[in-house]
Amino acid sequence: MVSMMDAILLQILNGLDKGSAYALIALGLTLIFGTLGVVNFAHGALFMIGAFCAVTLQKILNISTITIDPEKTDFLGKPLQVKTPLVETWFGEVAGNAIINWNVPIAIFFSIPIMLAIGFIMERGLIRHFYKRPHADQILVTFGLAIVLQEIIKAFYGANPIPTPAPDVFRGSFDFGVMIGFAKNAIIYPYWRLVYFTFSTAVICAVFAFLQFTTFGMVVRAGMADRETVGLLGINIDRRFTIMFGVAAAVAGLAGVMYTPINSPNYHMGMDFLVLSFVVVVVGGMGSLGGAVLAGFLLGILESFASMNEVKGFFEAIFLPSIDQIIIYLIAIIVLLARPRGLLGRKGVMEE
Amino acid sequence: MSKFVVNRRTLIKSGAVAGVGLAMPTILTRPSFAYTNEPTGSSVTLGFNVPQTGPYADEGNDELLAQQLAVEHLNGEGDGGCLNTFTSKALKGNGILGKKVTFVTGDTQTKSDAARASAKSMIEKDGAIMINGGSSSGVAIAVQGMCQDAGVIFMAGLTHSNDTTGKDKKANGFRHFFNGYMSGAALAPVLEGVYGKERRAYHLTADYTWGWTQQESIAAATEAIGWETVKNVLTPLASTDFSSYISPVLNSGADVLVLNHYGGNMINSLTNAIQFGLLDKQVNGKDFAIVVPLYSELMAAGAGENIKGVYGSMNWNWQLPDDGTKSFVKSFGEKYGKPPSNSAQTCYAQTLLYADACERAGTFNPCGVGEALEGFEFDGLGNGPTLYRAADHQCFKDVLVVKGAENPTTAYDTLEIVEVTPRAQVEYAPDHPMFAGGNLGKCNPGA
Repeated sequence: MVSMMDAILLQILNGLDKGSAYALIALGLTLIFGTLGVVNFAHGALFMIGAFCAVTLQKILNISTITIDPEKTDFLGKPLQVKTPLVETWFGEVAGNAIINWNVPIAIFFSIPIMLAIGFIMERGLIRHFYKRPHADQILVTFGLAIVLQEIIKAFYGANPIPTPAPDVFRGSFDFGVMIGFAKNAIIYPYWRLVYFTFSTAVICAVFAFLQFTTFGMVVRAGMADRETVGLLGINIDRRFTIMFGVAAAVAGLAGVMYTPINSPNYHMGMDFLVLSFVVVVVGGMGSLGGAVLAGFLLGILESFASMNEVKGFFEAIFLPSIDQIIIYLIAIIVLLARPRGLLGRKGVMEE
Repeated sequence: MSKFVVNRRTLIKSGAVAGVGLAMPTILTRPSFAYTNEPTGSSVTLGFNVPQTGPYADEGNDELLAQQLAVEHLNGEGDGGCLNTFTSKALKGNGILGKKVTFVTGDTQTKSDAARASAKSMIEKDGAIMINGGSSSGVAIAVQGMCQDAGVIFMAGLTHSNDTTGKDKKANGFRHFFNGYMSGAALAPVLEGVYGKERRAYHLTADYTWGWTQQESIAAATEAIGWETVKNVLTPLASTDFSSYISPVLNSGADVLVLNHYGGNMINSLTNAIQFGLLDKQVNGKDFAIVVPLYSELMAAGAGENIKGVYGSMNWNWQLPDDGTKSFVKSFGEKYGKPPSNSAQTCYAQTLLYADACERAGTFNPCGVGEALEGFEFDGLGNGPTLYRAADHQCFKDVLVVKGAENPTTAYDTLEIVEVTPRAQVEYAPDHPMFAGGNLGKCNPGA
């Protein structure tokens, strides 16, 4: 039977990949809030569109020529139409299959230009008109935009989830427990989730390095601290902030692309993550990049702990059933009461 | 202070006046109608209430296509479909009781209150004589109660909770679909054959009426063949990532995982379980197994390759060899270019059955129609000989045990039929404890 130690390790691992997705989305959100001062409720939709970049690439790779096979029949008893993907015709069967199989990693490169463009269009076309408006207006317009985007996706792709599997080499799971001296099957962890965690850590590091070690990043950070002074120095800070919006969109999009093998994407997956990501941003501190990442992983792990049978049982015993459903909000309430600026928030933000 | 004094006399007087005033519309209109929405013109309107937005929109759309096809067949258009194979010959292809069939549609959004509102609007504004369809037990139970009060017949669509014809049954409601108890009764012997008598099952269950009753049914049926239920964990309906519920499974000593999940929940929980490699593991010296008691075609499509070798049950499947199934698949397939889903078939069959009951009863009065449906035995609509039981308005027919195909050749044969479980094996007494506590009540003609 299960010892407490492996159960805890297991849920920390589970929390890490949940936390990676929260952290990536929250990072983009807080980046936009910190630079442009806009609360972007359409950020979940960007995550969803990223996932559908992978779905779209899968569809493109599967564009096929149709030949009739008179030997076999379809469900109506008519000759079967056999589809051969064009990539198979062009690159041969082995290479063609490999390309289709590696759809999700390839989609990373496919999605970056698309997401940058979508971010750019969103900021220039709509959101910049709302900089001077109250936060309530910004929330309403971006929330509306999110609904419009998800209905557009639904019109093209339907409401049913679309399976977008990982490459075959990443199927199955890795036995962590055996490596660190536990029994077999005690702590197993799917390969793809490991990839997801590594990937998001890399993206987070890249964003931080970009902001910390490049001149562009330095200017952006200066702009976040004092936009007017930077503007007075003759720097076009608006243009840089627009680019940062594009970067934030790309980060959310990449989080979406890599998430597709974990759960088949559907049109409302963005909404499922949006509310949680906001809680993450608020707990981490509005506008604090480090806070978003820290809170993302922290809440991911706490959420996993709350769904452990022992924990659920304990809270049920003290008449608090379904702790797994409310834990995140409970933490948010406690943090907001005890420390309104969030874990790593700057003094004064959200505290006036 | 006491200018406004109400004494007994004025209270009775004003009460009587107010009462007559309130009742006036009813008093004036009552003589013209014997029941709600009695059709007086040359046509009759059916109300199709299915999810057209939200996560089950694709399933609702499939139901809608099937119902449109049924209306065509009733009006004598198209190839007639199952009218050619149906053992009751009351329908002539000239509408219902000589009236041309038209329909209106509503959007349930798979939400109880939205579904009730759309059904109410179809009954009150569009004059719908009956309500058909839907894709959730929560919705079915809510709409069934509403139709009972409004005085129209309700044919339930896809609803698998025992409660729909158990504790929440209503005289005006009928269910063609099978239920959790039947899934258990059909699955258990097959599972025994494949996995043996000594198994330990871990249940993950969607936290609402359908999940609870299905879990209870499957646990009871598998315990009867000697399996042990290690644990049942309720998961929130809004969950999308099930990893934290799946990861304790391997360590719990269980060697079977039962997923009492539907739709998006099932697609995600099964996908997560496959990611964790559960099916490649051995526990207690046995190969680990996963069971999905209720399958649908859309779930199979959403879960993709992950369903390979996973057992479950279905109400109907287009691959059945009987004549009723063949002629329905032919008319649906030629019109829409794909085989129908089992919820589409349910809604199609229910529309024909409702029309046929009106013809046999010689009226649209819900009490007459209900009486014609009660105890009705027929064949030729798929699933073989079928009974609409009078005691609880549950339909009894063969149940399919299916499994994810190892080598599907097209997008449509991803599920293969393992066994057609005979009707006798899934029958139960109307007062079975899992269905106890409800009362059909009396049929309500409304008006």
